[in-house]
Amino acid sequence: MNMAAAIPVPVRLAQLPRMKPGTVSDVDWTHLSEPEARRLRELGLDEGVEIELLHRAGLFGGPVACRIGRMTVALRRHVAAAIHVSPSVG
Amino acid sequence: MNPAPLVALVGNPNAGKSALFNALTGARQKVGNYPGVTVERHSGRMVLPDGRPVELIDLPGTYSLDPSSPDEQVTRDVLFGKQAGERLPDAIVTVVDASNLDNHLRFTLQLIALGLPIVVALNMVDLAERDGLKLDPERLERELGVPVVPTVAVRRRGLDALKDRIADLARTAGKAQPNPAIQHDMIVLQRRARQIASAVTVSETAARRWTHRLDAIALHPVSGPILLLGLLFIMFQAVFAWSEAPIGWIEAGMAWLGGAVGDALPEGLLRSMLVDGVIGGVGAVIVFLPQILILFAFILVLEATGYMVRAAFLMDRLMAGVGLSGRAFIPLLSSFACAVPGIMATRTISDEKDRLTTILIAPMMTCSARLPVYTIIIGALIPDRAIGPGVGLQGVVLFALYILGIAGAFVAALVLRRTVTKGATSGFMMEMPKYQLPRLRDIGLGLWQRAEIFLKRAGTIILVTTIVLWALLSFPKPPEGSNISPVDYSVAGRIGNALETVVAPIGFNRDMALALIPAMAAREVAVAAIGTVYAIDNPDDAAGEASIRDNLQAHWSLPSALAFLMWFVFAPQCISTIAVTRRETNGWKWPAFMLGYLFAIAYISAGLTYWTAVALGLG
Repeated sequence: MNMAAAIPVPVRLAQLPRMKPGTVSDVDWTHLSEPEARRLRELGLDEGVEIELLHRAGLFGGPVACRIGRMTVALRRHVAAAIHVSPSVG
Repeated sequence: MNPAPLVALVGNPNAGKSALFNALTGARQKVGNYPGVTVERHSGRMVLPDGRPVELIDLPGTYSLDPSSPDEQVTRDVLFGKQAGERLPDAIVTVVDASNLDNHLRFTLQLIALGLPIVVALNMVDLAERDGLKLDPERLERELGVPVVPTVAVRRRGLDALKDRIADLARTAGKAQPNPAIQHDMIVLQRRARQIASAVTVSETAARRWTHRLDAIALHPVSGPILLLGLLFIMFQAVFAWSEAPIGWIEAGMAWLGGAVGDALPEGLLRSMLVDGVIGGVGAVIVFLPQILILFAFILVLEATGYMVRAAFLMDRLMAGVGLSGRAFIPLLSSFACAVPGIMATRTISDEKDRLTTILIAPMMTCSARLPVYTIIIGALIPDRAIGPGVGLQGVVLFALYILGIAGAFVAALVLRRTVTKGATSGFMMEMPKYQLPRLRDIGLGLWQRAEIFLKRAGTIILVTTIVLWALLSFPKPPEGSNISPVDYSVAGRIGNALETVVAPIGFNRDMALALIPAMAAREVAVAAIGTVYAIDNPDDAAGEASIRDNLQAHWSLPSALAFLMWFVFAPQCISTIAVTRRETNGWKWPAFMLGYLFAIAYISAGLTYWTAVALGLG
């Protein structure tokens, strides 16, 4: 396996292409309010967890639906923008 | 005698906890309230294999023991033995979704650390298998160190094994105390949970779940909103179309009862009270049971299938525009059936300002109690003519009243969020459960509970109001030979005449003013009140809806009727709503505010409607 290709550049979840799973590399917890951060952790978000963008609601900056682990979760865009994802290769 | 051991059902939302509760207790359920909070307390009796009874309580679903909304607080307090009105549970059944172990086990670990006797129900193992997930329950039992029972609550699988385990735990009942020093670090718990989940997973094939396929349509930016609008359209269509036949049966039954009682009793006070007051009044309300049940059936099905959260997802952008979150959509939709359960459903909204705003606008959603008023006035005074192919003027007016309520609520939310309920924008973060076929039994149980509440209301508040109103309308009787009408001479007539001076500027006559007073107890009574007024004024007329219609046409002008309808769109005419608002907001401040602003909107908009209609020459 080519090592250069195996370390992709992390992108924000909001910009991740749909249906392309990746791994959470980093979360800007400071960009989230305390209750938001707590609920996000309760929904299983953590570094190293598999994540996938499933749906975007509408065109006007509506929420996104993503898969965190085996769970589907709805998030607002600004939360999705705080989650950095390393896209999986292949 | 010692009370039966108390066993608490605890788990994440969407773990199938309520289905398990229904399967274990059947119809032996009680829905009550915890004192001081409006969280419903669901409890039921279960008989163990050895014949001992156990009291089972279904605690609100939560993700951890750190609560972020009022219902999650109840779960925490009960488990620590700190909830007023509840004893400390003797044992816990924690329900986990087999296909979501890495998340649900985190809460299970926290519960195990609590130290109360515990059994894990590994629920929905069938769905996990369908998703290509094979688990090892014995391994899970070893990893957790507590009993694990695989179950499929909706198919009643694994229930006997679970009852055996509960029986084992119940033997040591009452000895353990909760350990306050439990692990709260989410990350530590989460990582341990993921470790266990992967250890007990025998094999996992990447089966594309059909939930994803359905979501591809239901959450699609184009087809999603179309589907949602279509479902709402079918729902409201059904409320009217499907209810026609059962309403006919109830009306026929009431007419028969009224006739039978009328024939059996001699002319006089008792007959007048029973026929005009009780049967006329309560009958006018019970007629709407079919519509209310159809509406609730739709809401229960939307919730049970998992679609409701999708609807909230689609609505979030729109709701965010007026400072609310998509979560508010669920209580607001319930408010179309009745604002009381709607307002109670706001307890899942964690943000305080967000929740308060939702409570304040919920009464503007057209609840089923307004339907009788709308239907009868539209039927009597709006011409029944087509204004397009398949579109009738009466239907358009009814639709417009619904839209007005929604529009009013959105404008109110927008204004409230910038003034009295100002605060940071609230978030929207929700787990989207897997789609599931609703179980007829669970829907039936839910409907039965709603019907019971409604009939109790009809039998108590509405019955008492109609009798009191009948008495106030009937006494004192005018002296023999007087040319004052019996209604004008009665106590209620005098109150109505006094109130008329306040509402005359917006086009209301005395009968309308009179109907407003009992409508405070329940809006539906307005119809019965108008009926009773005319029945007492013209005792020779045939009773029933036809006579109400004739009298409305004779006594009401079109501008007045339109103003009256407009009043009912906005006026907070319902004591139960005000009471539940007081309980939800812990004081009189917000219900008083709600009364003030909604009555002001009702008065002004009714006035504007009346003056415009008169100016247009409609009267």
